[in-house]
Amino acid sequence: MIHAKDINERTPWQDLTPGGEIYEPGTARLFNTGTWRTDTPIFHEEACKHCMLCVPFCPDSAIPVKDGKRLDFDYMHCKGCGVCKEVCPFPAITMVTGGAAK
Amino acid sequence: MSHRLSGNEAVAYAMKQINPDVMGAFPITPSTEIPEYFADYVANGEVNTEYVAVESEHSSMSVCIAAQAAGARSVCATSSCGLALMYELLYVAASCRLPITLACVNRALSGPININHDYSDSMGARDSGWIQIYAENNQEAYDNFLMAMPIGETPNVRLPVMACMDGFITSHAVENIELLETDAVRRFIGEYNPEHYLLKKENPLAVGPYDISPYYMEHKVLEAEAMKAAKARILEVAAAFEKISGRHYGLFEEYRMEDAELALVLMGSTAGTAKAAIDKLREDGVKAGLVKIRVFRPFPGEELARALAGTRAVAVMDKSEGFSANGGPLFAETCGALYGLKERPHLIDIVYGLGGRDVRVEDIEKVFGRLANIAATGETGPVYVHMGQRSREEIA
Repeated sequence: MIHAKDINERTPWQDLTPGGEIYEPGTARLFNTGTWRTDTPIFHEEACKHCMLCVPFCPDSAIPVKDGKRLDFDYMHCKGCGVCKEVCPFPAITMVTGGAAK
Repeated sequence: MSHRLSGNEAVAYAMKQINPDVMGAFPITPSTEIPEYFADYVANGEVNTEYVAVESEHSSMSVCIAAQAAGARSVCATSSCGLALMYELLYVAASCRLPITLACVNRALSGPININHDYSDSMGARDSGWIQIYAENNQEAYDNFLMAMPIGETPNVRLPVMACMDGFITSHAVENIELLETDAVRRFIGEYNPEHYLLKKENPLAVGPYDISPYYMEHKVLEAEAMKAAKARILEVAAAFEKISGRHYGLFEEYRMEDAELALVLMGSTAGTAKAAIDKLREDGVKAGLVKIRVFRPFPGEELARALAGTRAVAVMDKSEGFSANGGPLFAETCGALYGLKERPHLIDIVYGLGGRDVRVEDIEKVFGRLANIAATGETGPVYVHMGQRSREEIA
């Protein structure tokens, strides 16, 4: 049984699964979808009160939380939709044009 | 056991003997009786199938896909526009490699609206990745349905199977039929034990994920290889079935082909009419024969080329139009199959019987008359013609 992490764009057809079945959960984590981004949120930690409003609003679970505090964006999965910036009550998130986090 | 059943009754009875886990049920003429008869079995407690009455064929096939992915054996029946409404899901079932079994009772597609037999419905689905097996009569409809699951469920195949029969001609005509004992059927079909399924808690599974171009082609190659592998499996299952039934099946049936110089290639119930015509012509010394295609997907191209290699003139009879302006679908397949032969017979296509237009023994004899003329003169004449329609001109 082949795992998703062992499948890549060099895997021959003989080693892929019938119908592209995936035999484990949570494999979307493995894919770098951050390259789709055309705008990028920037996290200003000094202005953040860790109210956690942005976290459940993120459609891509791209805001990691550790020990009750939000961390910097997971840019591998952030699509730059800007919802976090809209819901943030503080000046803790701003948006910049372009896909790269500056 | 000897019985007298219609084709629809025979297939419903096969379903009862199989006792599938799920049926996605929606009526459409002429397949309606299959879910009707089966509903009786469910109501009488003769099967423990989850009978899901839905609002369309798009939904009945969706039920089958979801059930099969969950690990259940699912069945369905439809015809004509019902199959057309399933179209999107047919491809999903095949590409997710879910071995659903569908009884397709062939009927002309609208429009103009018509309820009688031709193959325009299933021929439209010929590239959907389903195995397609066609029956000449009620016995074959029953037998093919029983063979469908052992073929489709094999791990190196894992493809859905469409067991087809001719609408009304086969589905509604009552014929003598030999039924197997239910115990023998259950032993033959066995349990459905897929390695991966959604309800297997040890093994979380995602079915039908989005496939980007670096992967889509590899998955299509896998599917194409499965269809190739199906050919050998169909023959294995036929051999096992012969042991319990005494009835022999191949990829196609050759009728009086040993020394045939003139031959027909066709499908379904017309084979009975053609056999009668061939017997008559043989009495007059005409070396006439028939290849009745049973398995259309996978198409037995190499085997067909071998069967026709010794003939001088062949007429493919297509009971669906196709609108390619270059002949019907069976003709296209047969041309493709014969191209590799060093010496090919003359080949013509006769589109006939659309929307249930009758074909008689005399009509078949006329086709052989034309083949005899082609063989004698070496002149093929018009390659792609229709038969049985009214015309101001004389029809070749």
